[in-house]
Order: sequence, then structure tokens, then C-alpha cells
Amino acid sequence: MSLTAVGEPAAERRRAPLGWLLWPALLAATVVLVSLPAGALPAWMTRYPAAWQVPVAAEISAFMRWLMESATFGVFTVRELTRGIAWVLDLPLAAAKAVLAGGIGWGRGAETVSLAPAIPWFSALIAGVAAGYWAGGARLALLMGAGLGYLAVFGQWPSAMVTLASVLVSSALGAAGGLLIGLACVRWRWVERAVSPLLDLAQTMPVFAYLLPMLILFGFGPVSAMIATIVYAMPPMIRVTTLAIRAVPPEIRELGAMTGCTRAQLTWKMLVPSALPALMVGVNQVIMLSLNVVIIASMIGAGGLGFDVLAALRRLDIGAGLEAGLAITVLAILLDRFAQALATKSARAPERDPERAARKRRLLTGAFWVAALLWLAAALKPDIAGYPEALRLSTAPYWNDLVRWINVTFFSTLEAIRAWAFLNLLAPVKRFALALPWVWVVALVGIAGYRLGGFRLAALTVALSLFIAAVGLWQVAMLTVYLCGLAVVVAALIGVAVGVASATRPRLWRAVETVIDLLQTLPSFVYLIPIVMLFRVGDFTALIAIVLYAVAPAIRYTAHGVARTPPALVDASVMNGCTRRQILTRVRLPLALPEILLGINQTVMLALSMLVITALVGTRDLGQETYSALAKADIGKGLVAGLCVAFIGIIADRLISAAAERTKRRMGLGR
Amino acid sequence: MTDPILACRNVSKLFGADAGRAVRDGRVTAGAAELAAVGLIPAVLDVELSIGRGETFVIMGLSGSGKSTLVRCLAGLAQPTAGEILFEGRDLFAMSEAELIRIRRHKMGMVFQNFALLPHLTVLGNVAFPLDVQGRPRAAREARAREMISLVGLTGREDHFPRELSGGQQQRVGIARSLAVGPDLWFLDEPFSALDPLIRREMQDEVLRLQALLKKTIVFITHDFDEAVRVADRIAIMKDGRIAQIGTAEELVLNPATDYVRAFTRDAPRAKILTARSVMAPVGETTDFAGEVAAGARIAAFAHDVEQSDKPFAVVKDGRVIGIVDRLAMIDVLVGRERKTAA
Ligand SMILES: Nc1ncnc2c1ncn2[C@@H]1O[C@H](COP(=O)(O)OP(=O)(O)OP(=O)(O)O)[C@@H](O)[C@H]1O
Ligand SMILES: [Mg+2]
Repeated sequence: MSLTAVGEPAAERRRAPLGWLLWPALLAATVVLVSLPAGALPAWMTRYPAAWQVPVAAEISAFMRWLMESATFGVFTVRELTRGIAWVLDLPLAAAKAVLAGGIGWGRGAETVSLAPAIPWFSALIAGVAAGYWAGGARLALLMGAGLGYLAVFGQWPSAMVTLASVLVSSALGAAGGLLIGLACVRWRWVERAVSPLLDLAQTMPVFAYLLPMLILFGFGPVSAMIATIVYAMPPMIRVTTLAIRAVPPEIRELGAMTGCTRAQLTWKMLVPSALPALMVGVNQVIMLSLNVVIIASMIGAGGLGFDVLAALRRLDIGAGLEAGLAITVLAILLDRFAQALATKSARAPERDPERAARKRRLLTGAFWVAALLWLAAALKPDIAGYPEALRLSTAPYWNDLVRWINVTFFSTLEAIRAWAFLNLLAPVKRFALALPWVWVVALVGIAGYRLGGFRLAALTVALSLFIAAVGLWQVAMLTVYLCGLAVVVAALIGVAVGVASATRPRLWRAVETVIDLLQTLPSFVYLIPIVMLFRVGDFTALIAIVLYAVAPAIRYTAHGVARTPPALVDASVMNGCTRRQILTRVRLPLALPEILLGINQTVMLALSMLVITALVGTRDLGQETYSALAKADIGKGLVAGLCVAFIGIIADRLISAAAERTKRRMGLGR
Repeated sequence: MTDPILACRNVSKLFGADAGRAVRDGRVTAGAAELAAVGLIPAVLDVELSIGRGETFVIMGLSGSGKSTLVRCLAGLAQPTAGEILFEGRDLFAMSEAELIRIRRHKMGMVFQNFALLPHLTVLGNVAFPLDVQGRPRAAREARAREMISLVGLTGREDHFPRELSGGQQQRVGIARSLAVGPDLWFLDEPFSALDPLIRREMQDEVLRLQALLKKTIVFITHDFDEAVRVADRIAIMKDGRIAQIGTAEELVLNPATDYVRAFTRDAPRAKILTARSVMAPVGETTDFAGEVAAGARIAAFAHDVEQSDKPFAVVKDGRVIGIVDRLAMIDVLVGRERKTAA
């Protein structure tokens, strides 16, 4: 590997002497512009004039109204079509809910005919443990037992099953849909070209923003929430599918041709099965994202664990909120481990000893029979189905006491921390962000785009930021940038420090990895609970929650990048007499820079996706804008605010990726 | 050649955008440098060859010389930019898709350099795969697959997954799979390059054994001349997409057409390639022979006897003495000198 600039265009090298001055100069100009007295600049520069605003939001609302009320395909109306789709998609959802939570039967209210109760907790526990044993062996079985046991003992069972039903159905549909779309992308170029910008958008847009259109299109009800969930959770599956299918060795395709496979045989007998381990990684992501969104969606009335948490927080019943939050965590861990076990199952050696294999099979079928029989018993004698009230535990009072004690004992300390952070960090940055003239920000984004990625990138970033200004959301957007930006800086500092520290210390890394694995499994919503307890609502709480949620990728990528320095280079530097610090700063960190940038990129995306959640604790940014639009059913406003968040995300993503690509090329690591 | 099973005429394969523009009158006549100047990579250039039924035909050349590309054209996996591939006298690329599929299902088999085993299937499943694709019933295809597995000596490992096998065993699975449909034409693209030398030898023996048993037409690719010598009836040497020379190993060693071929064959194991006929001296006056050797016998087979004796050996063909070999001839072979007087 060479450290010299290979393949760098000559023009760029000539520009270099002035080039390094560009950023300091821009920074200085920014500071000057911000500290100019009011009135020094023309008014239209500092504040986007109301007269120039484009009423996009109103037009979208009007369009949706037209679509739902008068649009028609001739034979049937758009409304009938969407309602039909909703009806079809509701079937599996209703079935899963009936089996897991509501009970099987038909009819409504008084004339309900009940066929069977929902699967009782003990049957589900046995079945879950057996499934865990089948997928991942004794350890997973144990984890399943403990997790499901927790849900039953602490009275979270009914809510957890409602949540689980939604997660299972939406991830099954999301994974299947993602697979099919991914296959289509591989097969037809134009599908891929059409789909890939949508993927970017769907992933960077806050869920609330398209929850609303879904509600309008598909009617108020859990199906709309499920469709929004699927839309949000499907993109990673599509990406994973295209990557995994393309990564199937070309020889396998040729084998397909040589054995005379038809196209369908090639896809379903060769490509998909041999890409299965990679595809399962995508399925895992779909499940985790679904859980995340299902929790958010259930806050808006679909019931389940998310609703419990929110209700408890509204009552200021911290203990109950924490218990429900822990239940979400438990569910998340169980789902994650189960999906991971499934993903790696095909890579493990099968049981070869026929005796043991047979015993395992007998054990599993036995367990499922027992579960089924117990279900039958519960159907005949419904009063044994519920978890006995007397055996129910609750730690809520203790938690309440603990929080009360902390708040009483450390009130002044916590308050001091909060005040300090507000005065020295949050307030100045906020003031700075709001004082920036919008014209200058647009120009900065354009210059950065041009320097990092050339004319096309500059055009894209300028266009996207102009959109934000033109729809009249500039101030709110800057609040978003301020909160997210600050959180990203803090997360990046922590992440790089922790990543560097743990990269060369395997024991520390194992501990850190466990923590960040956990952090990444938790639905974003869970983060808020303990922090709200300590710091109440406000920007500072939001900041901590965002940092916690977004720090994991920064740590992971840094550690990975630093640890991956070629050993030969490290040996060479040792022989050149470098100290450990020099090795770190001169060799490891520069080489890891592209990877660190990618980690920070992920951090930005996570921070943006956390925005909407923090709207619940009273921030005033775009997240709040989408959330309140949802409450008011203002579809245009919600969509536009959501688009703005997505655009901020896309600008950040493109700039950082371009920077990573550039550093990579400069160090001769590029391909 | 009386009945070529596979032939190609003026076949060229160029990579690059709009490769068809280099074709004039159905041929690519431009040289490599001209093509490179317009941004085309000539992987195969104007190749002409025909392979007889039952023959083991080896294509060899250095890495990047176009062997794989040529064989992919021959197998119909890649459409040549110009020229035609005739399988049993019919143009592969003029056939309908259905017919091509039919030919591949029943008449062709291929062994891949990196094995290309399906990771989700067991050994049995992998070997039965081509039959599964044809829609044969399970019992029939598994019976056939077990037969093939025992043929390559892997009995007892039917329910193992590819990742549980060594490289040599994996390639045996690849071989068994390619033979499962009973192909007439068997392609092997550097089948043993990924294996270490000992196993490679073993696998070469395996191919020789199977060939003696099954009598397929084999198209075998390698970059190793020793390997080529061991398995080949005829060898084609490729350089930069063109065929430099086609001939038996002995012809290549004795009459290299170009310096490239000469360089390629310089370190060849001559004793195993040359026959008595090509090193013998004229009979002259001698009648006092230590013994007889057949004209087609390889030197390695009789060198020891010749060395032991003071007297020369007679080279016989059809019961007639056509020349003599003596100690000196053996030494010439070993040091790579060609006897000026050789017939
Ligand atoms: N799909 C492709 N696109 C562009 N160029 C290609 C492609 N496939 C092969 N080539 C080029 O064609 C030439 C011949 O490649 P080929 O794979 O046939 O070589 P080979 O003789 O099989 O080499 P090896 O011994 O390494 O397998 C090479 O220069 C290669 O770079
Ligand atoms: Mg090759």
C-alpha cells in the first residue's frame, strides 16, 4: 500500500497551496457575518422573505384531498383501491393479533363468537424456548425463557404480544417485499435507477412524515401504521438483497447456465439460497427497524408497549414507564438474538450423530405438542389462561422511589449540570445557528459540495437547501441543524475517543462492543425514559438522548478502522522508532480517517431519525413540526417538514461520503 | 479430423463499449495495439480450432491470455464478438434458447476453477443439482448422484456440506456434479489451480482414470505445462488472445512455432514427452543391439535400460528396425540438445 497520492489529477495538486486556506477563510467569514450588528446586511439575506415562499404544503394537502375525494380510475376510485389494499394487508395482521393477543373468533361486541383464546403465556413460553433451542441451542433457549418469563411475571404480556404481532407481520411483509424489489433491481437496471433515490428518502425521512399520508390513503387504523412501518423497514432489505445477489460468485451463475437452469430456477434454486446468510442479515435489520417504528406508531393509539410507556410518562409514573421500557428492551433483544441465530444457523455444522439428532427432534416436537395441548386446555378452561395475579411482580414502586431519591438528593447537582450545559453549550450554539444568514449557509453548502464532489454535488446540495428556505421552514431547520449538529459533534468526540482507546485493547473492546450492541438494539424511544427522569424535558434531555442513540456507529467504525491498520505498516513504524502515540497519530488515525467519516455519517443519520422522538420532550425543530402536523392531520405540513429533515440528511450524507472518498483517494486506498 | 464435436471459426471476443464496431466481414482483423487504442480489450482474437470426439484437448497459456474467455465462448456462456462456435456442426448462437438449454442439460458438463459449489446444499444435493434442474424425480436423481459420488471416491460424505470438505474433496464434488448428466463434452477450467501440488497430481490421475473409463471429449484449461503433458492428446498454446500453436506435446517441444512456444516448453520434462522416434539416430551398420524399444515409447520408460548398456537399442516400428538409441541420445535429451541427425 502506498501513501503517496496515486492517480490524483495534476490540477488538484496545483490548487493545493491555496486550497488549505479555503476552510479557515470560510470559517472566519462565517464568524464575521454572525457578529455583524443587526441591519448591516439587507433584510432578505438574513431572513428568507415571506413573499418568496412557495406554498408547497398547501398544494400537497389540496392534492391529497383531490386524490382521496375525486380521483378515479374510471371503474373504481383511488379511495376504493387503497382501502382494498388496506383490507388485504389487514388479514395477516388481524390473524397474528388474534393468535397472539386478542383471541380467535369473529363478530364484534356482544355477539362475538369466540373460537379459541389467544395463545396463553405458558404455551407461548414453551414454544418460544423450543424455537430458541432449535435456532440457537441451549443458550438461546435460556435467554428466551428468561425474557418471556420477564414479560409474564411483570405483567407486560398482553401489550408485548400486541407489539410482537405487529412486528412479526410487518417484518415478514417487509422482508418479502424487500427481497422481491431487490431481485427486480438486480434484474432490471431501470428498476434500480427508479428505486434508489426513493430508498435514500425513505430512510432519512422521519416516520411521522409518512405515517400521515398513510393514514389518509389507507384509513385510520393499525394497517396504515403497518404500511408506514414496512416502508420504513424495507430499504435495508432491498439494499442487502441487491448487494448479496450481486456478490454471488459469477461461477455460480455460469454453473446455472451450464446445467441449463431457467431464469426462475437460477433465482430461486441458486442465487437466493446461496445468498441466504447475507440476506438474513437484512431480515434482522428489518425486524429491528420494524420494532422501532411499531413502538413509535403504537404511541399514536395502536396500543402495545409503546403506548404503555407514553401513558406512564404522561402520568409521571416513572416506574411503570421504565418497566414497559424494559419490556421493549427485552423484546428487542429476544427478536435480535433469534434473528441472528437464524442468520448464522445455516453456517453451523449440522448435527451428524443420528442418535442425538433424533433426540433433538423428539424434544422439539414434544415441546410443540405440549404447547398446543396446553393451548387447547386454556381454550376449554379460559380462567387458567391469564398469568395469576398473585404471582405478578412489579418493581415500579422501587423505581419511583429511586428516581425520587435521586432527584431529591442530587437535585442541585443535576440542575447545575443542566444549567451549565445550557448556558455554555446549547444557548450559544443555538444563537449562532439562528444568526447565520440563510444566503451564506446555502453558499457554504454549495462551496463544500463543489470542493468535495464537484459541480454536480454542489448543484444537489444548493437545490436541497434552497427547497428548505423556499418552503418557509428555514428557522426550524436551523434549530434542527443546531441540535443534531451539536449531538453529532459530541457523539463523534466520544465515539472517536472510545473507539481509539478500545481498538488496540481486545478486552476493553469486548466490553464496549457489548454495550454498543445493546444500544443499537434498543428502540430509539427507550432512551428517553431514564433521561427524562433525571433532567425532565427540554433540549438538554434531547441532546443526551440523541448522543446515546447515535454514538454507536462512531465508536464501531473508529475501532474497526484503527484496528484494521495493516500490521506490516505498524511494524515498519515501530522499526522507524515511532512511539505508541506517534503510531496512533501518524499512521493509524490517518489511515482510519475514511472509515471514521463513514461512522460519523451513520451517526448523523441516526441523530436525525431520533429527532422525531425528541419532539416528545418539547424540542422546537423539524421533528416537532412533523409531530404536531400529525396531531393536526395537516398532511402537507407534515410531509414538507419530513422532506426537510430528509434533505438535511441527504446533504450531510453526500458531503461526508464525498469527503471520505476523497481522503481515501488521497491516501491511495481507493479502488 | 473426421468428426469434430466442437469447432470454432474466426472467433474473437472483445471487451469494452460497443465492441461490435471492430468487426469487419464477420472477423476482427485489427491487431491488439489498434484495438487497445480505441479502448477495446481483446480477450480472444481470431481463434480457429476443432476438437475431435473423444479427444482430450488442453488450452494453455499464461494468466490473462484469454483461456477462460475462449472456453466460455466454446461452452456458449459468452457470445463471441465475431465468429461462430459449431457444436456437432451447428452454430451454438444461432440456436433457440430452449435448444441451448437442452444441449447444456444433456450434453455438456463443466468443472469450475473455484469449484462453484452451492453452499446451501449437501454433497448429495450438489451432485444431484443438474438433475434437479431437469425435473427428474428425487429417487432417480439421488441414485444417479450416489453413483457419481462413489465414482470420485467420496462415498460416506453425501450429507456433508461443501464447507466441511477440503479443497480436493470439494473439487471431486464439482467433478461428480459435472458428470452427473452424462455429458458428451466436458469442460474443465483450471480445475486444479486452487489445489496444492500433491493433491493436484492425485486429481490429474483421477481425470485420467475417469477418461479411460468414460471416454468423454475433454476441453481442459491449465497454465501448467506439466499438467497439460500429463492429460493432453493435443495442446493449444495461447498468447494475448491468439493461439500460438496447436499440436501434441512432442510437436510443441520439437518444433516450436514461435519463440514464445519455445520459451514455454523449455523447461518441460522432455523425457516424459519425447518418444524414441524423435531422438533416434539412423541405423547405420550396427546390428548388435542390447534390446528393442517401440517407436512411440516415451524416453522415460526405457532410459534406464539404455543407460545400463554399452550397446545401443533398436527402435522398432511394425517389426522393422527404423533407428537406434544409445547412451548419448539419453544425455542429449536430458540436457535439451537436439540431435542433428534425428529423423
Ligand atoms: N468481463 C470482462 N470485462 C473486461 N475484460 C475482461 C473480462 N473478462 C476477461 N477480461 C480480460 O480478458 C483477458 C483474458 O481474460 P481471461 O479470464 O480469459 O484470462 P485467463 O487466461 O483465463 O487467465 P487466468 O489464468 O488468470 O484465469 C484479460 O486481459 C482480462 O482482463
Ligand atoms: Mg481463467
